[in-house]
Amino acid sequence: MAKGLDDIHMQVMWNRLISVVEEQALTLVRTAFSTSVREAGDLSAGVFDVAGRMLAQAVTGTPGHVNAMAESVGHFITDIGPGNILENDVYITNDPWKGTGHLHDVTVVTPVFRKRALIGYFACTAHVVDVGGRGFGPDGRDVHEEGLFIPIMKLFREGAVNRDLILIVRANVREADKVVGDLYALAACNETGMKRLFAMMDEFGFDDLDGIGSFILERSDRATRALIAELPRGRHTNAMTLDGYDEPVHLAVTLEIEEDRIKADFTGTSEVSRWGINVPLVYCKAYACYGLKCVVAPEIPNNAASLAPFEISAPPGCILNAEPPAPVSVRHVLGHFVPDLVMGALAGALPDRVPAEGSGALWNIQFSVRPLPSNTTGRPAEMLLFNSGGTGARPTLDGLNATAFPSGVMTMPAEATEQVGPLVVWRKELRDGSGGAGRHRGGLGQVIEIAAANGYEIAFNAMFDRTNHPARGRKGGRPGRAGTVGLDDGTKLAPKGRQSVPVGRRLVLGMPGGGGHGDPRERAPASIEADLAHDYIEAAQRADYEPRN
Amino acid sequence: MVETTAAAARARAGIDIGGTFTDIAIEANGVVHSAKVLTDRERPERGVLQGLQAAARTAGVAPGELALLIHGTTLATNALIERRGARAGFVTTRGFRDVLEMRTESRFEQYDLNIQLPPALVPRIDRLTLAERIDAQGRVLVAPEQSEIEALCATIEERGYASVAIGFIHSYMNDAHEQRMREALAKRLPGLEISISSEVSPQMREYERFNTVCANAYVKPLIKSYLRRLVDELGAIGVGCPLFLMHSGGGIIGVESAAEFPVRLVESGPAGGAVFAADIARRYGLDRVLSYDMGGTTAKICLIEQQTPKTARTFEVARTWRFKKGSGMPISIPVVEMVEIGAGGGSIASVDLMGRIRVGPRSAGSEPGPACYGRGGSEPTVTDADLLLGRIDPHDFAGGSMTLDSAAANGAVERAVGAPLGLDGEAASYGIAEMVDENMANAGRVHAVENGKELADFTMICFGGAGPLHAARLCEKMGIDRFLVPPGAGVGSAIGFLRAPFGYESVRSRLTPLHDFDADAVNALLDAMRAEAAAFVAQGGGDAEQLTECTAYMRYAGQGWEIPVAIEPGGYAAGDERKVARAFAEAYTRFFGRPVEGAMIEIVSFALKVATRLPPTPTLELAREGRPARPRGSRRLFEPGEGRFVDAAVFARDALEAGAELAGPAVVVEDETATILTTGSLAVVQADGCLLVLRRKGEG
Repeated sequence: MAKGLDDIHMQVMWNRLISVVEEQALTLVRTAFSTSVREAGDLSAGVFDVAGRMLAQAVTGTPGHVNAMAESVGHFITDIGPGNILENDVYITNDPWKGTGHLHDVTVVTPVFRKRALIGYFACTAHVVDVGGRGFGPDGRDVHEEGLFIPIMKLFREGAVNRDLILIVRANVREADKVVGDLYALAACNETGMKRLFAMMDEFGFDDLDGIGSFILERSDRATRALIAELPRGRHTNAMTLDGYDEPVHLAVTLEIEEDRIKADFTGTSEVSRWGINVPLVYCKAYACYGLKCVVAPEIPNNAASLAPFEISAPPGCILNAEPPAPVSVRHVLGHFVPDLVMGALAGALPDRVPAEGSGALWNIQFSVRPLPSNTTGRPAEMLLFNSGGTGARPTLDGLNATAFPSGVMTMPAEATEQVGPLVVWRKELRDGSGGAGRHRGGLGQVIEIAAANGYEIAFNAMFDRTNHPARGRKGGRPGRAGTVGLDDGTKLAPKGRQSVPVGRRLVLGMPGGGGHGDPRERAPASIEADLAHDYIEAAQRADYEPRN
Repeated sequence: MVETTAAAARARAGIDIGGTFTDIAIEANGVVHSAKVLTDRERPERGVLQGLQAAARTAGVAPGELALLIHGTTLATNALIERRGARAGFVTTRGFRDVLEMRTESRFEQYDLNIQLPPALVPRIDRLTLAERIDAQGRVLVAPEQSEIEALCATIEERGYASVAIGFIHSYMNDAHEQRMREALAKRLPGLEISISSEVSPQMREYERFNTVCANAYVKPLIKSYLRRLVDELGAIGVGCPLFLMHSGGGIIGVESAAEFPVRLVESGPAGGAVFAADIARRYGLDRVLSYDMGGTTAKICLIEQQTPKTARTFEVARTWRFKKGSGMPISIPVVEMVEIGAGGGSIASVDLMGRIRVGPRSAGSEPGPACYGRGGSEPTVTDADLLLGRIDPHDFAGGSMTLDSAAANGAVERAVGAPLGLDGEAASYGIAEMVDENMANAGRVHAVENGKELADFTMICFGGAGPLHAARLCEKMGIDRFLVPPGAGVGSAIGFLRAPFGYESVRSRLTPLHDFDADAVNALLDAMRAEAAAFVAQGGGDAEQLTECTAYMRYAGQGWEIPVAIEPGGYAAGDERKVARAFAEAYTRFFGRPVEGAMIEIVSFALKVATRLPPTPTLELAREGRPARPRGSRRLFEPGEGRFVDAAVFARDALEAGAELAGPAVVVEDETATILTTGSLAVVQADGCLLVLRRKGEG
């Protein structure tokens, strides 16, 4: 029985380690000031072995941090230098290329010492409220315009906070208290993880992560590669054209499914843009892995070994492998299309497992609200809102209405938004008829209408896509409706960049619907009737579902 | 028998309708008599009458002699889970037709491409809109046209809804438009059931509030007619005393209020369980308690501090996807806060792709049940593992009413878990038990973290059919040194109802930055809340002394998570915000280690609770040692700490006298469950029949 019990103890410890990182992440959600962390779960937390390999990660709102943070600890070990890693140190960076893809994401790494020996690391990442520069938007011409850049350095030196760094941060960001508060929250979150890890080590009686680490990595490696081995081998390609900023962007991928790995290469993708829609490779990798894992190995937890069989590459200088000093502030826009791109290629091998394309990128709106000159008591406010279009229809199910994919973030209630700042959300509801027709219908997008409250005016940073390139259907399914950006008087606005809403007017956004799956003529008549009764489709769209003669 | 009449004058009955059983507890002359009958799903009142009459006979009390009935039920919860409510209409603000359906715009499961979101309680076709708008400060931006209100009334009449919900944006700040719509509807359709969100759930966040008012409208016709039938039939058997209902917040309300706000009955059964545990805590003067209730399908854990179950302002019911957080629907009402996980005796074990044992949330339920029941279940469950580990005696299960099939259990465990991992049935059973205990311990720890607590100095109070079987190992995993197993644990909720105060909590959202603290406005709000709550309490509590408690849900401006801070329930003067700020800083430090310097502080919501003062209970001392008791026999029991089987003493609980001391390894058997003592632990039978289990002699 003894050998069997050892195995069970290892399983219990693996479970516990995942619980440890969940607690680590929870601490951050509860203490963070950043809207995107607390409302939307835009954070990540994990534990790493002494070689910098990720052993466990909390499942949080954003897959974009997954692989990105997994790689970052290696950079910290190299840059801090092995001899310089000391007990009670805490390290920090927001380097887009060594962290998670843009300056707004701050990664904090804490080395773990037990009985004076270095045994591993805790790391966490969060999107902070502000990093100075132009603010969250695509208009920067290089990364220097996008804000304060903190190279990998010590936030705490043997327990003492780096006051110079705190002063520099305070002097360079808007809302300094909140940003500095978030830096402390990140450090506290690693501390929680460490405390729980030590309690677990005391209970189970071990002093390093070697044993449990190799158990996790071996099991995950074997399971992931076994799933890949079941796939038909071959080479599949896919390409997708999107709005971009000032010219369309072309994304291309070639997948090679081998016996024990899947390679994805993005050769053929457009060159970097002059605008901040560029994507560092680390972020592209994160979403490529996410898309592949959703189809191939959804049940295997994220760690160094379960991510390793997905080998991602892109030519330097393409928009999915932008190099410094390219601007990268809104790298999420194109990054969010990477899962649909790689899944579309995977559909060549697994036609019954891959959904149609969806709206993809979140429709985030960054508002600057200012009191009008006549309003002497009003205060300005910066506000970030998350909104989602529809997802693509699945092979056996309709798409999801107004639901984020691949991002996992939540929207903010209109009432909470209006309590925070002087905006009025006049409309936030499903966009009738926007889902692509199909045997299974694409998910509906949504319409949102927003105006400044009386006595205020608003400007906003647009970072919207799929206004000219709607989500495509699959297997005969029709495309979803494209997105629209304009005012309530019919004026059209640009889908990218900073713009103002004239006083008295409302901003109106129509978010894209998901593509349909399968021939619409095969849709069950009862489903078509129900869609009409509920206004999910418009009367004129009935024709999409009728035989074409 | 001479004393019967005097006893009956004080006799009170607790009635708990659960999914499977209806439990009755009658307390007369300080003694609790209980009955358990199957729940009658068609006519739940029939089960109540049957059980009540049975328990009354045992207690020697005539129905007409009962002085008080307190009732809790899962009927509202089940109607939401099974979607058996009325066809309801929903009137909402123009532009917000789809709030119920758009939910949080997120997926509760990141990696599953085929998830399905639960459909809205009120489908799109039945969601109607009115052009009206109130802003975040409660000012009218758009006043509704009377003609449009009338047109909506006509549509509602034509559609023939049994029940209508009204929910407008920011109505928690200004309810005028909701009231106007209700008046117009009531005038035109006098028999129509109408629920308005500013009454049912005056809290900020439209999705939660709208879903709550729709849930109220959805279950109202069903619950109202059930309560009417129950009152009639109770009258027919001679019960003349008033009927009160347990609500989700752990207090009691009158039958009229319950019929008007039936959504408040959701989770009333589990709330009763927490009150039951709180009563034990009060009896022993325990300030830090974790209640743990493990049944056939789920386990529930609740923090009880200062003898009060922890409450929250919102919770989730009817999870549709493996008990996953986010797969159900939010209900914003005061509720006893519990973590519920899919871990029970019937939870099914399997092995995943990485060779890891997985337990639950899928459950074999009571049909076909665990493999060892021999009713056709072929998948291994936690109960099968408990049997193979010696925790359950196959010949002495459920009071000997059922013989369990160990061979079938072993076959199922070996097939589904042992074979893939190369383990025999016993080692695999150990793995299953470890995993389920680990899952519960993790949920308990995370819940403690969420509330800024360390579990180390807590006492666990455990009940439910599977609770005492797993309590010892669970305590070890959570670092808890002692647990109590009270008698009557099988009907714990029904007993809990008898221990609940007449109490009501009013919750209102009112964003109040402390730098902008208007003492008069806060006083006016709290006075209105107190009047509302006190009116509910007076229905049952009469002139009894009332206690008032107030909690402010506060945060630093910019944060999204509020923490509860106890504050004065009124009487504020200018400058008092400094006191409130200090209380917040202290609470924040307790939760998160240190306050944030310089950040602005705000109150988001206020909760004001009024309750009758509970009669004082003599505080008992926990006896930590006693006289060694003689075991009834011995049995082979798996000892998880040592990883092997040991000889364990077996005791029959009903044969143990107060003051008996038992040393682990041991099993204490009773009809509905058994308590496991691990090696080195010690149990002492208390004066009131509670079993106190200490990890090591002299500790705790």
